[in-house]
Amino acid sequence: MSVSDFQPVIGLEVHGQLLTKSKIFCGCSTEFGAPPNAHTCAVCLGMPGVLPVLNAQVVEFAIRAGRALGCRINPVSIWARKNYFYPDLPKGYQISQYDLPLCEHGGLAIDTDAGPRTVRIRRIHLEEDAGKNVHDPGGGESLVDLNRSGVPLVEIVSEPDLRSSAEAVEYLKALRDILVYLEVNDGNLEEGSFRCDANVSVMRKNATEYGTRVELKNINSFRFVQKAIDYEIDRQVELIESGRKVALETRLYDAVKGETRSMRSKEEAHDYRYFPEPDLPPLRIPPGLVERIEKELPELPRAKLERFEKEYGLSAYDAKILVADRALADFFEQVAKAYGGPAKKLANWFTGELLRLLKEAGTALSALRFGPPQLAALLKMVDAGELSNNAAKDVFAELFHTGREPKDIAQEKGLIQVQDTGAVDAAVDAVLSANPGEVEKYRAGKKQVFGFLVGQVMRAMKGKGNPALVNAALKARLGE
Amino acid sequence: MDPTTLSMLELASALEARSLSSVEAVRASLDRVERLDGRVKAFLHVDRPGALAQAEASDRRRASGTPAGPLDGVPVGLKDLFLTEGLPTTAGSRILEGFIAPYDATVVKLLKAAGLPLLGKLNMDEFAMGSSTENSGYFPTRNPWNLDLSPGGSSGGSAAAVAARMAFGALGTDTGGSIRQPAALTGIVGLKPTYGRVSRFGVVAFASSLDQVGPMTRTVADCAALLQILAVPDPRDSTSNPEVAPDYRAELEGGVRGMKLGLPREYFELPGMDPEVRAAVEAATSALQKQGASLVPVSLPHTRYALATYYLIAPAEASSNLARYDGVRYGLRAFGAKNLLQMYGQTRDQGFGLEVKRRIMLGTYALSAGYYDAYYLKAQKVRTLIKRDFEEAFASVDAVLSPTSPTAAFRIGEKVSDPLAMYLNDVFTLPCNLAGLPGMSLPCGFTRAGLPIGLQILGRPWDEARVLRIGRAFEREHDFHRRAPTGVGG
Amino acid sequence: MSLTLDEVRHVANLARLSLSPEEEALMQTQLSAILDAMAELSRLDTAQVEPTSHAAGEVPPWRPDAVQPSFSPEKALGNAPAKVGTSFAVPKILD
Repeated sequence: MSVSDFQPVIGLEVHGQLLTKSKIFCGCSTEFGAPPNAHTCAVCLGMPGVLPVLNAQVVEFAIRAGRALGCRINPVSIWARKNYFYPDLPKGYQISQYDLPLCEHGGLAIDTDAGPRTVRIRRIHLEEDAGKNVHDPGGGESLVDLNRSGVPLVEIVSEPDLRSSAEAVEYLKALRDILVYLEVNDGNLEEGSFRCDANVSVMRKNATEYGTRVELKNINSFRFVQKAIDYEIDRQVELIESGRKVALETRLYDAVKGETRSMRSKEEAHDYRYFPEPDLPPLRIPPGLVERIEKELPELPRAKLERFEKEYGLSAYDAKILVADRALADFFEQVAKAYGGPAKKLANWFTGELLRLLKEAGTALSALRFGPPQLAALLKMVDAGELSNNAAKDVFAELFHTGREPKDIAQEKGLIQVQDTGAVDAAVDAVLSANPGEVEKYRAGKKQVFGFLVGQVMRAMKGKGNPALVNAALKARLGE
Repeated sequence: MDPTTLSMLELASALEARSLSSVEAVRASLDRVERLDGRVKAFLHVDRPGALAQAEASDRRRASGTPAGPLDGVPVGLKDLFLTEGLPTTAGSRILEGFIAPYDATVVKLLKAAGLPLLGKLNMDEFAMGSSTENSGYFPTRNPWNLDLSPGGSSGGSAAAVAARMAFGALGTDTGGSIRQPAALTGIVGLKPTYGRVSRFGVVAFASSLDQVGPMTRTVADCAALLQILAVPDPRDSTSNPEVAPDYRAELEGGVRGMKLGLPREYFELPGMDPEVRAAVEAATSALQKQGASLVPVSLPHTRYALATYYLIAPAEASSNLARYDGVRYGLRAFGAKNLLQMYGQTRDQGFGLEVKRRIMLGTYALSAGYYDAYYLKAQKVRTLIKRDFEEAFASVDAVLSPTSPTAAFRIGEKVSDPLAMYLNDVFTLPCNLAGLPGMSLPCGFTRAGLPIGLQILGRPWDEARVLRIGRAFEREHDFHRRAPTGVGG
Repeated sequence: MSLTLDEVRHVANLARLSLSPEEEALMQTQLSAILDAMAELSRLDTAQVEPTSHAAGEVPPWRPDAVQPSFSPEKALGNAPAKVGTSFAVPKILD
């Protein structure tokens, strides 16, 4: 297989549902999961006589995304009608943007094998979502639910700057993370609030012209993105090498078979007959809005990642985990401030115990029963030697489930290590006098006996001896 | 005394004086409908119980001294493309046969809030596409002046109902002349407001950038009073003017002394204009001159392109607006289709009449790949030139006068199979829609055969008050508007 | 310029109109005549002219992000030609 003679060229189109409470052109709720057609009105049902009225929050969210992705915000952009017939498109046209979109010419940095690279973003525009068409497998009918009709979407189109399926996945993850950080999208591929279509072509490595591109649809997980693109690259290379041509078409990814399939009759070349939407004036951004939104942009994932590595001295691996969720990163910083100790230690607690407990309980960080001061207090107890690491884990689990003060929990469970050197010395003395034979063996050179003696002291202290103190006391008594 | 001979405002005075009740007025209208509409065929749906209930409520309000407004209790009719909750709304089409509107259009809400009983829904050319009401999917309406003739269109039912005194006033819509032309052909007053003056929410859309709702009445003062109720900013219509409308009756009797009235050369030079129409309109302009206005020749050089411009833009927008009639969620669905594509095709083929199909085809073509620039985009640019013509003219005149229609009422069947001949009916009215200006037609004479002739007055954007004032000045000195149609018995 | 029958059929398909052969022929004649009449527009020089668009208002005609009452599903389906539960039912798409 001479795939290596070929250069894949990939561009991605992402449709993201914006997290507004109401739809883009009417006041119906955007909440997911309602019974069919429970969130519809004359407007989003496409009844005769209805007119669209724009949701101001949609503009705000789109500008947020546009600026975070480095785009220019066009002060005037044009709404357009995209005309086609489908049961889930009630008006027989979708209100979208065509000639002049809201945002243009941005970029998104991703990490590739060859280092960081910026993938150019051609445009971001606003449009309304269509409803859902559910094919009834048994009968000869389709069922149409228009709850989703009118939910606001941003469409984010990249230039064909990606060169592998891995890069495509990186881009999508980075894009999703930003949108989630901005709180404009919930990044859910499986539920369809973050959708991706890929445009894939191949060209010979020394060629000057792009090959024919194929649009891939129905990719609803990151794993499938990789598989679908890889399959398609192989398919195209094979076609070209056997002397055939790649057809300009749309293909669906079949996750069961692991292949892409032509969409046949749906793909008579669509003539969408775009024209400016006469029911909406051009989208004019009021002066000052973009500046205000820019000021309010949160620190974005990549910047936060770099800062965490620098400021907290964390590894890229740890930093990545902490930064993946904006709320988690914020919480980390709050605890770090309250704790004041080594960030690496704190990071371990996050990447280890905290994430594990969250996952097991299936709760979100927002439902955490304790706050930064408490976790900080727990860590300080460990640093002060009051708790062994294992004991601390125990205490943490209880803290997680009850939110009670770590000190109270530790005391109640009797986990506080004895720090009192007097008590330790007394115990050591007692054990040494009770085991003269072992003392002899140790002094004679059998160092392994040390462990036995430590165990005895620990038993005598009912496990609450501070191991460091015990070790030191034993060594001192044994004359080293 | 037969209440139906009263104008809206005269009836309002009688209601206020308690010499008449709203229930009596509604009954008188409905009696007349029963007697005449079998021949005129203006109504598609009469809402007797609804109108009477609304009239009763009006009388109760009046009795307790809290009328809802100056026209509380005055019955009107509605062109059948206004959605009226709980009532049928067909837009004159079979594709909406049986459709019961789930909400009220904004203008319907406004009329209800102002207390006007709604008599019923009036016939029209299907989806407002036509100039004769012959394109109605149900039946043609007849001209009360001569039942063999068309009342014009597309608001033919509204015009005929008002002219025949079956309703005291009515609402129509005007996209290329559909209020003004039937008003001229039936001898009543019809006004198309500036684009954006009246809400389009709940009005079945034909051409979104051209459609406007307007009053159709027997007198200019009635027109002003009805417009006042409709001219309210609507947050549900993004193209609606957010500014409050002026008082349209404040300067109504102000006369035309000192005003400059433009006579567009290109309009008066049109071949195919009926000489009697030209004579009546010229006499009308002279009359206004005698009243103190000066007549100023103006030129609107792009007039000749208005027809082509309109017939590319309107069908294009319509082809998109009518895509929702697909049999999925409401209206007609052809049954027995084997699959979705067949269902779409058969539903729309069965449900739409020929003129609607023709315009959908024309509009689809004008927007299609490869033709968009040459047709739709080009037309939108020429539209700008037509607008500029008016802007330049209005630098030197206060209003523009012309005939409303090149001919008086024509025979039913005469033009319907020649689309281009039919389209020529609107040559004088189209440019005003393209430019978004207010325009009014009012009676200014009769042909020897006794058919009404209309004078058209066009004004600057948002200058409806002046247009009404000019019309009132003319109306005051003549009695064309008082003549009753001779085609139907009293 | 005249429309070919193929073009008429293509446009009818785009518009989802199932025309009879008679209607197709009629459309071909009438649309061609209408389009010929439009040809005069091409004579105008509009290179420097902007297409007509909406006037700019001071305040954008936007609405706040607040949920308003929806139709009940019964009302939404009140005029439905065919339904299953609270969904609209349509014939299957030929695939």
